[in-house]
Amino acid sequence: MRYMDDTAVMKRMTKRITFNKVWKSFFFLATTFALVTLVILLYRIVTQGVDYLSIDFLTNFASRFADKAGIKAALIGSLWLMAVVAPVSIILGVGTAIYLEEYAKKNRLNDFIRMNISNLAGVPSIVFGLLGLTIFVRMLGLGKSVLAAGFTMSLLILPVIIVAAQEAIRAVPNEQREASYGMGATKWQTIVHVVLPAAIPGILTGSILAMSRAIGETAPLVVIGIPVILQFLPNGLLSQFTALPMQIYDWAKRPQEAFQYVAAAGILVLMTVLLLMNSIAIFIRNKFQKRY
Amino acid sequence: MKKWKYLTMTAVMGSALMLGACGSDSAQKGNNAETNAPASTGQDAADKKLQGAVAGDGSSTVAPIIEAVVEEYAGAQPNVKVSVGVSGTGGGFEKFIAGETDFSNASRHIKDEEKAKLEKAGTAFTELPLAYDGISIVVNPENDWAKDLTVEQLKKIWVEDGKAKKWSDIDPSWPDEKIVYYSPGTDSGTYDYFDEVILDGADLASSATLSEDDNMLVQGVAGDKNAIGFFGYAYYQENKDKLGIVNVNGVEPTNETIESGEYAPLSRPLFVYVKNSAMKESEAAYDFIQFTLEHAGEMAEAVGYVSLPEDKYSEALKTLEGLK
Repeated sequence: MRYMDDTAVMKRMTKRITFNKVWKSFFFLATTFALVTLVILLYRIVTQGVDYLSIDFLTNFASRFADKAGIKAALIGSLWLMAVVAPVSIILGVGTAIYLEEYAKKNRLNDFIRMNISNLAGVPSIVFGLLGLTIFVRMLGLGKSVLAAGFTMSLLILPVIIVAAQEAIRAVPNEQREASYGMGATKWQTIVHVVLPAAIPGILTGSILAMSRAIGETAPLVVIGIPVILQFLPNGLLSQFTALPMQIYDWAKRPQEAFQYVAAAGILVLMTVLLLMNSIAIFIRNKFQKRY
Repeated sequence: MKKWKYLTMTAVMGSALMLGACGSDSAQKGNNAETNAPASTGQDAADKKLQGAVAGDGSSTVAPIIEAVVEEYAGAQPNVKVSVGVSGTGGGFEKFIAGETDFSNASRHIKDEEKAKLEKAGTAFTELPLAYDGISIVVNPENDWAKDLTVEQLKKIWVEDGKAKKWSDIDPSWPDEKIVYYSPGTDSGTYDYFDEVILDGADLASSATLSEDDNMLVQGVAGDKNAIGFFGYAYYQENKDKLGIVNVNGVEPTNETIESGEYAPLSRPLFVYVKNSAMKESEAAYDFIQFTLEHAGEMAEAVGYVSLPEDKYSEALKTLEGLK
């Protein structure tokens, strides 16, 4: 057995510590890089958009005059969109996750389904737009309605919700299920009274984050052909509407420079909605999550 | 405790947002009254409040005019729901063919293949003129050589001939620098029109940066001394200080030269294509198109285009009446 050679160790010590420091600073820079980008982006948008942000901006319809342009139709339209996306995607997503985690046997077919759901999460959003245009807008004849766009967006975020819900359900310890069975509960009773209550914080967090993606997504709406020039609010699921990202995109394309600032103000509204949703997700996670 | 602070904060912000969004409609009415629009579209429109939905789509060049018209129309007929998308002339026609829209805005004439598809779908349509636009050729303000180009030179500059072109290839006295191209995207009528009248259908230089966002093109040309680009007159008007204009065959694009047709061949009419059956069956659709033709000239001028001579509008209105 060789003893450690003190001098040899000491000789390499400085080198090892430096090495550690170099990597530490690299990782730190990597972390701050994203943060700095976010700060620059926020700074630019806030300085550009804050002058146009007012109550009038929230209560006016779009206008050809930059100082009268408002985001009302888009904001309410996006809320309508979410009113479709939330129930559809959560019910389908959680249902799928429960089936895959609790009921499905481990066989090739189910493995295949699982793999494809993960694949689906990586499909570009514009492809979902084409799917929505073909199926919901044209084949089912829903037109460019809240419902058609809502279904398309639901499909887009479904894989994310399924994966999040699966993880949450998987995190519920098996002992709890077994205890429930031991008390004589059926599978259904176990799922409803034991598994779901324990998994709900995780499911909700994942769902809300997925929905913040849906609210900011533009490509599928562009493909569906959601109108941007309108002066009314949707009055039902089959009504035409416009959404926040569409309105912002339209403003950003305008010739007048002032509309660039209006677009920035629109981005501020969108970001506020997004941050709100994200903070609700964080709140739910912190408040209800149990650790086993 | 910290959590509760979080919750109250989000709740306050959330309710502020909701309240703001769902606020009064009266602000909107005040808005329309302030705009210096003519009070009404005529006797019957003022008397009768119509109901219904009208859908359109199409050219981004025409969009500013239509937006202005829709804004005014909302004041005249608040119960008619007009919605217009901005998918580009080609994209708009695609939706028009699919039967999703009642009218389609275009910055070029309809193509034969689009016409054939419409016939196949059994859709009868009518072309109505809205305004004039002059496709403006722009260069960087520092560019002091290409101030006046002939159509032949333009063709030589823009056509794809398999090699990277330098300014000196066009005229030996010009700098020995590569030409940088900025062009509207292939879905836009502006691209099609330019391709037709300047390039005779030949391919556009393949190194060109194509963008559906005309502001991108403005930025691009403004940022590169060797750049050249083209887009609608309104974008040039709004960015005059950042761009240098190119005279075509010695004519500068101005309101006068575009209207008179002297700015040839790049001065072009903008159109709205209407579905005949929609004009016949839907009172709201007919009324909206009528309103559009009555106000297109004024709105076109307001957003940076050139209005047609008065008699062209009355002619178009007569055509429209024939569809009823």
